[in-house]
Amino acid sequence: MTEEEIVIYSDPFDTLMQLQHALDSFRSSSWLNTSTSGGGAFPPLNVFSKNDDLVIVAEAPGLKKVELEIQVKGRTIQIAGTKSVAYGDRVSLHRRERTIGRFSRSLDLPVEIDADKVRAEYRDGMLAIFLHRAEHDKPRSIKIA
Amino acid sequence: MSGQELEVQKKKELASQQEKTIPARFYVPLTDIFETGDALKIVMEVPGVPKDGVDVKIENDVLSMEARIETTNYNGLEPVYTEYPVGHFARSFTLPEQVDQHNITALLEDGVLTLTLNKRPETKPRRVAIQSP
Repeated sequence: MTEEEIVIYSDPFDTLMQLQHALDSFRSSSWLNTSTSGGGAFPPLNVFSKNDDLVIVAEAPGLKKVELEIQVKGRTIQIAGTKSVAYGDRVSLHRRERTIGRFSRSLDLPVEIDADKVRAEYRDGMLAIFLHRAEHDKPRSIKIA
Repeated sequence: MSGQELEVQKKKELASQQEKTIPARFYVPLTDIFETGDALKIVMEVPGVPKDGVDVKIENDVLSMEARIETTNYNGLEPVYTEYPVGHFARSFTLPEQVDQHNITALLEDGVLTLTLNKRPETKPRRVAIQSP
């Protein structure tokens, strides 16, 4: 196979496959102290790092922005809200797999974050919370004299 | 019902008879199916899928839905902690006879895909008048 052909076959799905493999290897990671964060609670979270910063990504389809509440205090982040489903009147339900209810979970991060710079986005049913590591908590490289 | 604590449902990987040929895993979206007087509604949870990522096809009375997530958002991110797998979604349904296959609409909102399968006019419920003797 020539170099050129390889380029043709590398399509966007490779990104997804790499991501799936990367996520697999981080299952049961001890990065978060799960005893306090309530693993198995809604919404399910994936946490990513980008340089010194962190991104928490949650799958939470069908929520209303106003019903989502995110609070940050020190190293703790709390995500709370209500998930509801409207079927309308006079319907007969054939199958019901989606769940509804209230949720609230908090995470204790292993790093300190700058509470003023926290930004959250909700799009296409995904919640992303962008966290900046506190300046005083960032690792410093020591120059050898 | 809204007072209950919400629990996470594990994502189910797509069964082998519907296996895809692209090198990535697909998952089965959580689905509600319900019927109104005029239509059958299929509501699927497909978080992370943009509008142009949805593909709905009908062939031989089978409706197949494929929803592809946006992966570019993950560029440059390294996972440090994981609770759920990430992948595209796919699911198919055999259509009942009462559905008008040319009158199906789809709506995607906040990661929830609603397919409205309108019924053929002749199959809609009719009120039967009771004659007085």
